[in-house]
Amino acid sequence: MLRTNLKHTDTDADYKDVIENNENVMICCGRMGPMCLPVYDIMENLEEKYPNVVFRDMDFDGPAGYNIRSLPECRRFNGLPFTIYYKNGKVVAATTSIQNKKQITTILDREFS
Amino acid sequence: MGEKYDVIVLGAGPAGLTAGIYLSRARVKTLIIDSGTAGGQMVMSYNVANYPGVETTSGWNISQTMLRQAKAFGCRVMTQSPVTGMNLYGEDKWVEVEDEGKFHAHAVITATGGVPRELGMESEQRFMGTGISYCATCDGDFFTDKEIVAIGGGNSALEEAVGLTKYASKVTIVHEFNEFQAQPWIVEEARKNEKIHFLMAQDIIEFTGKDHLEEVIVASKETGERTVIPAEGCFIFIGYVPNTAVFKGILEMNERGELIADRQMNTSVPGVFAAGDLREKRFRQITTSVADGTIAALSAIDYLQQRADSSPV
Repeated sequence: MLRTNLKHTDTDADYKDVIENNENVMICCGRMGPMCLPVYDIMENLEEKYPNVVFRDMDFDGPAGYNIRSLPECRRFNGLPFTIYYKNGKVVAATTSIQNKKQITTILDREFS
Repeated sequence: MGEKYDVIVLGAGPAGLTAGIYLSRARVKTLIIDSGTAGGQMVMSYNVANYPGVETTSGWNISQTMLRQAKAFGCRVMTQSPVTGMNLYGEDKWVEVEDEGKFHAHAVITATGGVPRELGMESEQRFMGTGISYCATCDGDFFTDKEIVAIGGGNSALEEAVGLTKYASKVTIVHEFNEFQAQPWIVEEARKNEKIHFLMAQDIIEFTGKDHLEEVIVASKETGERTVIPAEGCFIFIGYVPNTAVFKGILEMNERGELIADRQMNTSVPGVFAAGDLREKRFRQITTSVADGTIAALSAIDYLQQRADSSPV
């Protein structure tokens, strides 16, 4: 259970709904750990600045977590969190481990502007 | 002219948040600015068992409580807000924040803490998240039944190495010196662990692999002989560096980049105080940062009072 101010993606249906019904989606899949918390915080800060992007988190160990853990883009990832960017339901970028605000906004601007 | 405050606190770790709590409760208009997440290094601790008055909990929980306390007293807290410029001299001190503009104050408390020390190698960055990690609790389970390396020789390195043996089949501790800096009890615990091996007095040469880490190459400091360690994971625990680059040339600091402050947390510039892990001191704990933050806040209140008393009526 993630304790963030982001909307959660808890189930397979949530996951399917969010990536199929939104053009630009960023999902951070992690735990409540020190590498994940800063990414959630950055996403919360960016929600207002990027109204064209849907920001979600997902519990790495939750029932929907395998959707991201099993992505080919995450095959070699072994640092939490796994952060995935979707454009019209397709993965356009994926990062592993902690990211700073500049790294995240660079991807958002590149993929979703 | 940007928004005016009585005190600006740079940093929202335990020192900065404590300063914010004390200042705001004293009805001092306070702004805390942090380029990252509230909590600072405290959020790196999954379990804090020695914070007096609080039963074992996570550093994140303590930081969230401190944040709520500061806000409840009226303190404004801006996180993920990089500082792009500042003037710490004179009566009108200001801090410029990316996308937000300038904020002015009569006093500033610096509490920017420290950041994990990195080796500074290109290959370290290349394998971050695909083998290189700085958090055993976060990423340890990715290396179940795999061979890994832990770099460092302090308490954190050895404690984390012991913890990693829950997952890894073999943990090789690589240290740059012949002796550990860690306390004897944890060295003994590591030495007793059959999964842990040691390579002492080594330089890290390179991390190699295709799309993930496969080998750590080290060289003996004494003979130069290279050793290739097969490893899918490498955890780096080589301490912290003070986060003081922005104060270089403004505030007095020692050769390690730690700010020099007196017992009242005054720095070399009047009206600027230092609190927490960024300042020169021996012990760095959440409790010592909280103490620093308290003293810095009370000193800042004194400074504001003296300033008001000396102002012409």
